[in-house]
Amino acid sequence: MNTSSTHITAPVQVQGLAKSFGANHVLRQIDLTVARGEVVVIMGPSGSGKTTLIRSLNFLEMPDRGTIRMCGIEIADAGPKPSGDTRRKMREIRKKTAMVFQSFNLFGHMTAVENVIEGMVSVQGLRKSAALPRGLDLLAQVGLLEKANEYPGRLSGGQKQRVAIARALAMNPEVILFDEPTSALDPELRGEVLKVMRDLAEKGMTMLVVTHETRFAKDVADRIVFMEGGVIAEDTSPDHFFGPSASQRSRDFLGLIED
Amino acid sequence: MLDLFLRALPLLEKAVLVTLGLGLSAFFCGCVLGLLIALARISPFRPLRWFAFSYVSIFRGTPLLIQILLIYFGLPSYGIVISPIPSALLALSLFAAAYLSENFRSGIMAVEKGQWEAAWAMGMGYWKTLFRIVLPQAFRIALPPVGSRLIGLMKDTSLASTVTVVELTRVAEQLGATTFRYMEMFLIVGAIYWFINQVLTILQTWLESHLSKRYT
Repeated sequence: MNTSSTHITAPVQVQGLAKSFGANHVLRQIDLTVARGEVVVIMGPSGSGKTTLIRSLNFLEMPDRGTIRMCGIEIADAGPKPSGDTRRKMREIRKKTAMVFQSFNLFGHMTAVENVIEGMVSVQGLRKSAALPRGLDLLAQVGLLEKANEYPGRLSGGQKQRVAIARALAMNPEVILFDEPTSALDPELRGEVLKVMRDLAEKGMTMLVVTHETRFAKDVADRIVFMEGGVIAEDTSPDHFFGPSASQRSRDFLGLIED
Repeated sequence: MLDLFLRALPLLEKAVLVTLGLGLSAFFCGCVLGLLIALARISPFRPLRWFAFSYVSIFRGTPLLIQILLIYFGLPSYGIVISPIPSALLALSLFAAAYLSENFRSGIMAVEKGQWEAAWAMGMGYWKTLFRIVLPQAFRIALPPVGSRLIGLMKDTSLASTVTVVELTRVAEQLGATTFRYMEMFLIVGAIYWFINQVLTILQTWLESHLSKRYT
């Protein structure tokens, strides 16, 4: 794919993104493009800005400076108090993207299937009866059809996260943002979530994944973005990042997380 | 005591209805107003927040009796004359709203930020998120203090007797005065208040366990 067509179709294009919390410059001058169908894994030490970066892409964090172009909608220098026009664009971006959170954030007063169809009903305006078959279908895809009528309180962490992924898929997103999707899970529950994510990647979903799961990154990622101190220190292939020719700092980092 | 009770029964029947009507309507109006005040209190607009803060400060910070007396005896000096039952209802509602708004606010604040974020991330707006995602969970959290408030309100209706509303306490006073059997009369009425509130407590407990069974 040549550069110019990448820029027309790339669902994620970030230029000069910067964000501070008070005196703490969490993101400095981030440039990032993700092509359609690409799986990009973002790694880096804690405090390096990974989560802030991914949360800026759907404006759960408001960037101080920089241009974010998601799914063809562009917002420049959003700032802490966005204008009405910017807020409208933010919502358009959010409708075309989806996010999977570290702490699942399933709606506690809704059953699994109600969680999955909530966006279809309240954002896309479908009737509940019309959304239900697709909701059940998506739960079947993540292997949880039999839990359709359970409330989140009765599900394990891994099951909750799979429901959350089905909920993300329900909106037909062009991009899914994963913010440490397995970090809150016990080791034995991570596999089921990672498997669902592998399936998505194979089906060609565009994914940005903040994670410490090195196996997943090695096997599934098209690119590894390594962040440090609020900048992208490396943007490289998994083979290079995990291989013998890797940079010293990525080896230091991997040495820390692999024990 | 039974003979007195039977003699008082026709009056007590009406009085119970007035007490219940006053308490439940004030609770309903107080919930609506209290929710609006809670929303104002968490709004991003400073004047709204300031208004809500002042409202709670005034209506929670002064005695309900003073509020009732002000409305019934004070306002007529300014040409605003309100009859006894509406006066009592107004005062009880305004008073209840101050407390209920704080109950609702604490319920809303107790709903995790992640619930808002998950709704926003799918493109929901503020009001939809509030009504579909946050408030249903906030009400469940707020249920015990809100139930207590309803019980408190039922007892507070007795203050309406000071502005000539013929509710339970007023009937007890009147019959006590005509029969000189104050002790028995107030015991009877006290028992009726207790009974009403016992029923409400059972209702609240049932609702709580019903909701927690569903969600966990």
